[in-house]
Amino acid sequence: MAPSTDPAVKSLRLESPLPLDSGQALDGVRVAYETYGELAADKSNAILVFHALTGDQHLASPHPITGKPGWWDRMVGPGKPIDTSRFHVICANVIGSCMGSTGPASEGPDGRAWAMRFPVITIRDMVRAQVALIDALGIELLHAVVGGSMGGMQALSFAANFPTRAARVLAIATTARHSAQNIAFHEVGRQAIMADPNWEGGDYYGRGKGPEKGLAVARMAAHITYLSEAGLTGKFGRRLQDREAKSFGFDADFQVESYLRHQGIAFTDRFDANSYLYITRAMDYFDLAEEHGGRLADAFAGTPARFCLVSFDTDWLYPTSESRHVVHALNAVAAPVSFVELSAPHGHDSFLLDVPALDRVVKGFLE
Amino acid sequence: MSLRADLAAIAANVAPGSRVLDVGCGEGELMEVLQRQRGCDARGMEIDPEAVERCVARGLSVVQGDADRDLADYPDDAFDCAILSQTLQTAARPDLLLDELLRVGRRAFVSFPNFAYWRMRAALLFRGRMPVTRHLPVSWYETQNIHHVTVDDFRELLRAKGVTVEKTWFFTRGREIGGAAANWRAEHAVFQLSR
Repeated sequence: MAPSTDPAVKSLRLESPLPLDSGQALDGVRVAYETYGELAADKSNAILVFHALTGDQHLASPHPITGKPGWWDRMVGPGKPIDTSRFHVICANVIGSCMGSTGPASEGPDGRAWAMRFPVITIRDMVRAQVALIDALGIELLHAVVGGSMGGMQALSFAANFPTRAARVLAIATTARHSAQNIAFHEVGRQAIMADPNWEGGDYYGRGKGPEKGLAVARMAAHITYLSEAGLTGKFGRRLQDREAKSFGFDADFQVESYLRHQGIAFTDRFDANSYLYITRAMDYFDLAEEHGGRLADAFAGTPARFCLVSFDTDWLYPTSESRHVVHALNAVAAPVSFVELSAPHGHDSFLLDVPALDRVVKGFLE
Repeated sequence: MSLRADLAAIAANVAPGSRVLDVGCGEGELMEVLQRQRGCDARGMEIDPEAVERCVARGLSVVQGDADRDLADYPDDAFDCAILSQTLQTAARPDLLLDELLRVGRRAFVSFPNFAYWRMRAALLFRGRMPVTRHLPVSWYETQNIHHVTVDDFRELLRAKGVTVEKTWFFTRGREIGGAAANWRAEHAVFQLSR
C-alpha cells in the first residue's frame, strides 16, 4: 500500500533530519497526525496518545480505508474518559508505519520506495518524531501522554527521554522491554511475511501483488496473542463454521479458524507488510533499561511526571508482572505512581474494549 | 469529611510536608487529608483493585499490591513514615510486615483492633463464641483478620524487636480513652513507632 498522499491527511514535514538510534539520520521525515478538541490559548491542555503496532492516527474518527470507527473511539471524544471538550488530543502515525508517516513504503531519496533500504527504527525514534511534532505545534508541556501496548512503550520511552515534556504518563497493558516470548511471536510473523514468494526481498511495491498471504498469517498468529484463552473459548469454543459436521479436510471447519482467516485477510487491506517487519523489529529492540545503563530505575531518575500503569489479569502478552517491574523502578526513584491490575476477560486487547473500570481510571488520572 | 478516630490521631501526628506511605490505604481517605491538610507527599498501597481505582480517580498515587509481598519493592528509608491502619491483623506474618514498615519508613504508625478488649473477652468467656462486634462484624470463617492480636501481645513483639514506642492512643466506641489498663479497656490501639 502506498503512503497516503490525500491532502486531507494532516501531516508535518520535519525541517531537520531525524537522528535514529541506529546512528543514521532520516531526511525529510513526514509525520501524519490527527487532532481532536480545541487547543487552549496557553497550550496547556494537550494530550498525546500513542498508537499500537497496527494502529494509526485515526484515534476517534473513521479509518479512511476501512470506514470503521477510530480505534479508541470509545475512550476519546466529547464527554468520554479522554474528554475532547476539555483536552486537545493529538495522535500521530509512528514512523515506519504506512498511514501517512514516513515508512518503508514511502519514497526514498532516489524516488523509489524505501522498501528494505529503510533504516531499522526503534521505539525511541518513533517518540523523537512525535516530539518534533509537538515542538512544531508549539506545545512545551503536554497535559499527558497516553498509550496502550506499543503505545505504552512509547509513553514510557517519552517519559524517560523527554521527562519535562509531559506532566502525566499513562501506560496501559505494556512493558519496559520485549521478552523472549514477545520476540518469538514477532519472529513467526516476520518469517511468514518473508517466506511469501510475493515479498520479493521487500521490493513488491508497484508490482500489483505483495506478500498478502504472509502478512495475513503474521496477523493471525499475532491476533491469538491479543486474546485470552478463556476469551477464545467463550467466543468460539469448538463450534463449527456453517456446517453440521467436520469436513475431514482443511477448510475452516472451526469458527475460530474462520475468524482468524478473516482477521488476517482484512488486515492486508489496510497494512503494509514491510511496515509490519519494521515496527515489530522496533518493539523487539525495546529495552528501556538497556538504554539507561541496564537499570530501569535510572531511566526515570528525577522525573517530575506522575505515572499510572494499568495491566489486565488475562493479558499474557504483557502480563501484570511487566507493569509491576516498571512500578518497582518508579518506586525506586520516588516517582508518584499508581498501578492497578484490572479484571477483564479480553486478554491483551482489553485496553481497546469495553472495560468500564479502565474508563474510570483513565478519566480519574487525567483530572 | 471526618476521619475515623484512629486515622484522625495518625493524621494529626504525621509531620507536615513529610513523605508518607499508607499501607492498606483503602479508598484513600487518610491520604487525602494528609495531602490536602498536612501538605504531605502521600503514596498508598492497597490490595483491592476497586479501591485502587477510586484512589486514582481522586488523584492519589496508589499502587495495587499485597503488603505481605510488595513492600519489598520500596527502597530503604523511602518514606518519612509508613502507616499501617487496621491491616496488621490481616497479614500473613505481622512480625515481618512490621520489619518492612520500619525499613521503608523511619517512623511507623500501626493501628489495630485489640482482641483483649473486655467485650471480646466476654464473648469468649460467657458465650464461648468468637466475638462478632460492631467493628469486627464478620464471622470467624470469613474474616480477613487471621492474626488476632492484643495490646499486650503487640507491646511484647515491639520489645522483642527493640522497636521504640514514641506514642500510643487508645479508642473505645470511637472515643479516645486513657492508656490505663488499655489491654482491657481499649477497642482499638494506635502506636507511633520508630526504629
